[in-house]
Amino acid sequence: MKSLRNITTWLEDRTGVRSATIQFLNEYIPGSSGWRQVFGSVALFLLLVQGFTGILLALNYAPIPGDAYNSVRYILIEMTGGKLVRGLHHWGSSLLIIVIFLHLTQVFLYGAYKKPRELTWISGVGLLLLALTFGLTGYLLPWDNRAYWGTIVTTQIASHAPLVGPYVLDLMGAKSGVGVLTLTRFYGLHVMVLPAAIMLLVLFHVYLVRRHGVAPTPRDHSLSKKQFYPEQVFKDTVAIFIAFTILFALAVLVHVPLSQIADQADSTYIPRPEWYFLFLFQLLKFFQGPLEVVGSVILPSCAIIALILVPFVDRGKIVYVAKRGMAFVFVGLAFGAWTALTLAAMATTPTPLVSIDYSRSTDWIRASPAELLARSGSDTQNVPEFAMRGASIYQQHHCSACHLVNGTGERIGPPLNGLSKRRSRSWIEAHFSDPAKLSPGSIMPRFKLSRQQTADLTSYLLSLEGE
Amino acid sequence: MIREQTIIDGCTDTPASVSVYDRSRRRLLITGIRAFWGLITAALGVPAAHYLLSTPKSRVADEWAGIGDAAMLPAGRPVEVVFHRNGADAWKKTEEKLTAWVTRGLDSKVLAFGPRCTHLGCAHHWDDTQRQFVCPCHNSRFSIAGDVVAGPASRPLDRYQVKLESGKVFIGKLTRSDQIL
Repeated sequence: MKSLRNITTWLEDRTGVRSATIQFLNEYIPGSSGWRQVFGSVALFLLLVQGFTGILLALNYAPIPGDAYNSVRYILIEMTGGKLVRGLHHWGSSLLIIVIFLHLTQVFLYGAYKKPRELTWISGVGLLLLALTFGLTGYLLPWDNRAYWGTIVTTQIASHAPLVGPYVLDLMGAKSGVGVLTLTRFYGLHVMVLPAAIMLLVLFHVYLVRRHGVAPTPRDHSLSKKQFYPEQVFKDTVAIFIAFTILFALAVLVHVPLSQIADQADSTYIPRPEWYFLFLFQLLKFFQGPLEVVGSVILPSCAIIALILVPFVDRGKIVYVAKRGMAFVFVGLAFGAWTALTLAAMATTPTPLVSIDYSRSTDWIRASPAELLARSGSDTQNVPEFAMRGASIYQQHHCSACHLVNGTGERIGPPLNGLSKRRSRSWIEAHFSDPAKLSPGSIMPRFKLSRQQTADLTSYLLSLEGE
Repeated sequence: MIREQTIIDGCTDTPASVSVYDRSRRRLLITGIRAFWGLITAALGVPAAHYLLSTPKSRVADEWAGIGDAAMLPAGRPVEVVFHRNGADAWKKTEEKLTAWVTRGLDSKVLAFGPRCTHLGCAHHWDDTQRQFVCPCHNSRFSIAGDVVAGPASRPLDRYQVKLESGKVFIGKLTRSDQIL
């Protein structure tokens, strides 16, 4: 105990860290402060969790198409706790966005952005935009179909921006499609540029909060001030703990999807953005042809500018929150519009035709069709065309997640070698479109294949020799 | 000690007149803060340590590489064999090119030695006139059975697992000789 005190005294004499901490904690805050002010702390906490889990993920991730996907699967399947870490990072991003909006709403309703706190508000808007950019860039990193096709749409929208569109597209490395450059740049943004930017802006934001103090309400004229510690710190901690419990429960209980590896030839995939961007996605549907840019760029830009201008438009003195009827109307309208758009978008989101859990353990170092055939002992030079096409369909749909062919795959469904001895061509072809009809109780999903695809896949399967 | 306590509680100017009720409430709040942060730290720290320190589950079975008929190997004279084997490096599938010194003893037993000297990892070779494996770096010498004959090397040559199936030789994992049972 004594030596510990010696160390802290030594450190205090040289850095002043102890007196700085005490000064920080004993900051006086308005007597009316309480539970409504916890959201800022919760947002900061969630941001730190994102940083922590993000670093853990980055230690086992390669930002290269193909490898990116395989390394994510490596994290999910091979690494102890990998699913948890990815779950925390995935759900943490959604939770962070929600908490930032709660924080923003609270500040807006109470008019806490008023003079002299305009820049605190504006830097907060900046933090919101950075968080959304984190979400946008992080979306691509797993390099599955969801990531790939979602980013195609994002880059296309950005390219339609007036004047700067083509340059933005160039910066994103997406001029000739989403590829190696796009992934590397999104990764660079996500792990280097954005973290540095958000750290600086958080520092500035917190500095301003400290400089101007927590915004008082008119009631505070008659209340004596109180100290930040321990009363408010306790409330912040409880709120943080609740948020963390929700996050942890989501990470453990709710499966984070990983679809099949990005496939630019897949014309069946219908991309959807992350849920908090769905309203923008839906908004686009109201503007067509030359007006599209209104929905994709102009309206969102106007909304951001309006948000920034809030403290300069509403310049009166701080009043009781109950008297801010207009603020409530604004929040109500914005939330209503957002909900309506999001629900409308969700209503048109198709349930995936095939949902296979690619984070399940399989022989997932993907064998190419040529390799699958090579393992069967035949020479790829002499493989008939239909078999190559069929094998490639087999691979695209990850049939090996359940079936075994030439020793590769799983034994969840029946092994497929020697299928020709057991089933007829017409039976197999009918089986793809509705497995449960022909094999009652089958857990095999329905596959919507074109007639040609069905024929190729069936020919391939019938050609497999074996027991 | 009084000063210490006030610092830990984070408040140096608590008025002396605060009631006993306020004091115990304050202590309760501080205990709560510490408990909650302790739980959060543990819930993040323990999985993170597992994630970073646990050996990843291996999904790739050890592959055996066939190098040909045992009858083709000269009896009593090690030959250098280069072979390819599929493996996995984390999430990447690899094709390794490996070297082995393969010996068929007079009793038809096949041994396959790793190509590196156990001293500092230089490539050794079979010297047929001396009938020894010779390392050019520090002159370590190994017998035809891989045992150290001379020089600074402290343990026998590493050995590949070997199996014979219908006259064909298959080479498996490279292991230290003292770990082969």
